[in-house]
Order: sequence, then structure tokens, then C-alpha cells
Amino acid sequence: MIKCNIEKQLKGASGPFSLEIEFTLAAEKTLALFGASGVGKTSILRMIAGLMTPDAGHIKVGGKVWYDSDKAINVPAQDRKVGYVFQDYALFPAMTVMENIRYAAGNQGSDLVEEVVTFMEIGDLKNQRPGLLSGGQKQRVALARALVQRPSLLLLDEPLAALDTDLRSKLQDFLHEIKSRYEMTCVLVSHDLPEIFRLADHVVKIDNSKITASGPPEEVFASAEVSGKFQFEGRVLAIDHEELISIVTVLIGDQLARVLVEQSLAHTLARGDAVMVASKAFNPILYKI
Amino acid sequence: MESGPIILSIKLAVVTTTILLILAIPLAHWITYSKSRWRPIVQTLVAMPLVLPPTVLGFYLLVLFSPSAVLGHFLDETIGVRLVFSFGGLVIASLIYSLPFMVQPIQSGLQNLPTSLREASLAMGKSKLTTLRRVLLPSIRSSLLTGVVLSFAGIIGEFGVVLMIGGNIPDKTRVASIAIYDEVEALNFAAANEYALVLIAITFTILLLLYYLNGNFLKDLMR
Repeated sequence: MIKCNIEKQLKGASGPFSLEIEFTLAAEKTLALFGASGVGKTSILRMIAGLMTPDAGHIKVGGKVWYDSDKAINVPAQDRKVGYVFQDYALFPAMTVMENIRYAAGNQGSDLVEEVVTFMEIGDLKNQRPGLLSGGQKQRVALARALVQRPSLLLLDEPLAALDTDLRSKLQDFLHEIKSRYEMTCVLVSHDLPEIFRLADHVVKIDNSKITASGPPEEVFASAEVSGKFQFEGRVLAIDHEELISIVTVLIGDQLARVLVEQSLAHTLARGDAVMVASKAFNPILYKI
Repeated sequence: MESGPIILSIKLAVVTTTILLILAIPLAHWITYSKSRWRPIVQTLVAMPLVLPPTVLGFYLLVLFSPSAVLGHFLDETIGVRLVFSFGGLVIASLIYSLPFMVQPIQSGLQNLPTSLREASLAMGKSKLTTLRRVLLPSIRSSLLTGVVLSFAGIIGEFGVVLMIGGNIPDKTRVASIAIYDEVEALNFAAANEYALVLIAITFTILLLLYYLNGNFLKDLMR
């Protein structure tokens, strides 16, 4: 179980701000830290790992006090031994994949190393150096490297952010399986809703350096973002003026949609404009693919 | 031309570069990661030989180590070491003079590494020493090589410091660069020319080796 209540003065793009965070997470559960970039999510992970010192507060993990400003306790990172998957993966460039993993494993048995390598499907990459790996491969190696430490706490800093959609969902499945298999408590930084719904038991939503919502994903995102209607943001690619009406071609994600628009509205639009495409009255059709 | 001065030059460069490497790694590590308020001062002191005329450094070392000075007297009396006009003095002077050539490449190598590499290793429970030895140093091999080669070549070519503290004693302090000066003074241009050509050949080979190794060999190694 993690109990965390910390304050830290941070420097952001728009000047200094004070981060105040408090949460409790049961053992073997996963917490997602959700918020725009620059709100201090990574700093929270770093403070939990012991790589950054909070200004005040306490951090307690599994019954041990890692940080307490009142009692002047600050366990160094080397003694906290969290599993940390960095956003840039932080694979050691001078070591091969296997050397990276063995280095992290330390005294852990080679059975575990073999098991994790097989499970993460990186056996073929064993003798490669990290520089030549693709983003998805690096990510799996970084995860494997964190897992062989058998950490009780796994910290993931937007581990899937740099990957394309297919790989992302595959690796989300991986992560989901890992969690149950290795019985770890997990703190995850993410601003990807599907990822959070797939992996997290609990979400802490941070806006303006404070927690604005906290709870299971369904609850946190229910009020604002889930509704019977749907809306998508897109960009105007083309506008064709017909006799009575105009047809606007909008790019939504990687799909093109044609929307009929009144000419009075169409004349206010230009190519490249950001627009919202929404359904007003109809229930959308859903089918499995 | 005698081979004595060339051999002495190479011996001085090898000894000094080896000691320098051992000193510079912890120093560069400290400068890179320390948050101490002494950091800028140490950094400045290390960089001073880059901007000072070598004679200034040589002059003060001569004053400091001369048997009539406090330090020189102490060394002479207690351990019987006289650093003025001796090979030991040359080594110490070269160490100070070449420190920035070794420290700065290592330091910039460390600074250019993503901080997450060091942090990842620390978070794994590895000590700072293990992290330095296993993660950081292997990742900055080319910086280490640059430091070694620049120091080595610099010491081979150094003149001012060496002349001040070492003088011109055959087989003790008469290194190649001093020998050239000496031969020119004696209007012995042919001998000076030979020493000079040998020095050019040595430094050219060393630098060529540096660029060759940094270009190909290390890249292959990192693959």
C-alpha cells in the first residue's frame, strides 16, 4: 500500500507553481496520474522513486516510511528499489539488451530473467544494443528490465506514448497480464483514456497542480466525458459550395468525414480550421470489428 | 639527435596521462553531479591552465617547490623528495597543466548523457560507484578517449611549464620540446629539425588514431 501526501515547488513553462498531491493506493492496485503535460506528473513519480526530494509531506510504501519531512526521513533511491520505466526508456547504450536486463536483475535468479525475456518476447533481441531497437522493442526491454528486479512498486512514465495505436493496445494487454502475474503495485502517468481504462483501478486527475478528481476511471471521467452523444475534434480539409448547401470535408483522427453544412456557416470556415463534429439527435450505431 | 629526449617525453606523457585519468574521472563526476556551492570555484580552478601562459604556472610551481620555500623545504626534509628540476616535478606540473584537457571532455560527456540513465541505475539499487563504472563510463568511451589523447598529445608538446620547473637536464628533465629549443640556441638546426619532425609524426599519429577510433571503432562497439 502507498500513502503519499507531498508538496513541492516546481518550475513550469508559465512560471513556478506549487504541486500538492495526496493519495492512497491499496497493494497490487494500479493508479493512473492523469493531467495535461507540465502539471508535474513525472515529478510525482520521481519523488516516489527518491530521485527528487519533496518540500514537505510524507511517502509511505508497504508500511515503510520513505520520506517524512517532519522526522527528516528521506530514504535514498538506491534503497527504495522501485521498478521505474522512464519515458525515454533509459536503456544503457553501452550494454546489450541482455546485459541491461542482467544488470538490473542483480542477484535475482537467472530463471526469472529467462522467464521475463520469454514472456516479453525479446529473446531475439538479446545481443542487440538499444540504439538499434524500435520504439516498441525498447519499451518491452525497459519493462523487462524493471520486472526482473521484482519490485513491489512499478512506476511507469507514459510508457506507451511514443507508440502507434496497434502496438499500444498490444502492450497494454502485456502490462495488464504483467500486473496480475507479478503482483505489483503500479503508478502510471498517462493522458490516454483507453490506457487508463484498460490498466488503472484508480485515477488521480491533476489540474493546475491540484487534484481535481480521484476515484475509479468510470467515476472520474463519467460526468464530463462520457455521454450518449458523441463529438470529435477535426480539421477542415476542403469546402465545396453546392447550390443550396455546402459540403465540408473534415479530417478526424486519420479518417475523412463529409458533413453537410448550411452555406452561411460554411462561409465562416476556412481550410485548416479546427472544428467539432457532433451527433445531435441520433444514437450512433455500434458494431464489432 | 639522441633518443633520450623523445623517450623522456613519451615516458612523461604515459605516466601523467595514467595518473590524470584516475584523478579526472572522480573530479569530472563531482563537477557534473554536485550541487555544492564550491562547484563553480573548482570548475574555474580546473580550467585556469587553459587560459594562463604555461610560464605562469611553471613559475609558481618553481617558487612553491624550491627547497627554500615552505612546501619545498618540508618535502625535502621529511620525505627527501625534491620536485624542482626532477622528473617528479615535471609529472606534477604536467598533471596540473593538463587537468582541463582530461576533465573537460569527460565532464561534457557525462553532461550530455540523459539524466535518466544515471537515475535508472540508482533506482535499481546500484551504488553511485557501480553506476559510474558500469553505466556512465562505458557510455562516454569516446569522451574518455578524447581526454586521454588530448592530454597525451598536449604533454608531448608542452614547453613552458616544463622548462620552468624542470630545466634542461639530460635524461632527467630534457624532454623533446626542450631539446629542440636547446639545439636552436646552439644554432644546431639539423638536430632541431629531427626532433621537430619526430614530434610532428608522433602527434599526427595520435590525433589520426583518435579520429579514426572515434569515427569507426567506437560506433561499431556501441552497436
